[in-house]
Amino acid sequence: MTTHDEEHFKRLLKQSLPPISTQPRADPDRDLWPAMLRRLEQGSVGVPWFDWALLAAVVVWLALFPSAIPVLLYHL
Amino acid sequence: MAALEQPSDVLQQFSRGDLDAFEALFREHQGEVYRWILRMVRDPAAAEDLTVETFWRIHRAHARFDPGRSFEAWARRIACNAALDHLRSAPKETELPDDLPQPLQPDPGISQEVRRKTAHAFGRLPPKLRIAATLALIEERPHKEIAEALGISTGAVKLRVFRALRLLRKNLRQQGMEP
Repeated sequence: MTTHDEEHFKRLLKQSLPPISTQPRADPDRDLWPAMLRRLEQGSVGVPWFDWALLAAVVVWLALFPSAIPVLLYHL
Repeated sequence: MAALEQPSDVLQQFSRGDLDAFEALFREHQGEVYRWILRMVRDPAAAEDLTVETFWRIHRAHARFDPGRSFEAWARRIACNAALDHLRSAPKETELPDDLPQPLQPDPGISQEVRRKTAHAFGRLPPKLRIAATLALIEERPHKEIAEALGISTGAVKLRVFRALRLLRKNLRQQGMEP
């Protein structure tokens, strides 16, 4: 990929997807603070999938090695 | 509550979890954060939602913010992560509007069909490459600024742009177009 190629693609892209800075409407349509307040009141939406996966792994581990339960309780 | 007059006071109070300071920062920076996100997702409705999501993440991480550092740069980085998450969860081949925005100075040598195919091929790039190429080639932001926002080196930005162009060329060829 030469500099000439990059300039060619840049021109092609700017013609196909004009830069936002050249668009007439580049500000939010509304005040976003009320939506922000609603979001703050909601708090965190749901539990991340990773947390569920971690919980499932711990449950499986405890089922396979019940002797580990006291160790886990000790560390909690 | 104490008056929020000095910017550094606002940042100090924000880092301690003060909601008024957060509102002051929100009102001061929402436009810039919105425009930064709009550059990446190119959808005004999604950009509004992601602006709120970005400030939610900023609020949640207030205790980790160092008031001695740039709030704008920190916000841009969080906005990039929110935009990346959005693009990853969106359909791989985003539907394009029938009426693509017109460039300010249309090039008569580039037809509407070529523009459509290019936009379509670009929309098929992996989000990480698409964001780097959008900011570097379309919006022409400095590589250093892009690197800071994406949390990578300037060399990595150049590499992502290079890979994006190589994939774009391949996608265009698949559509029967020789770039």
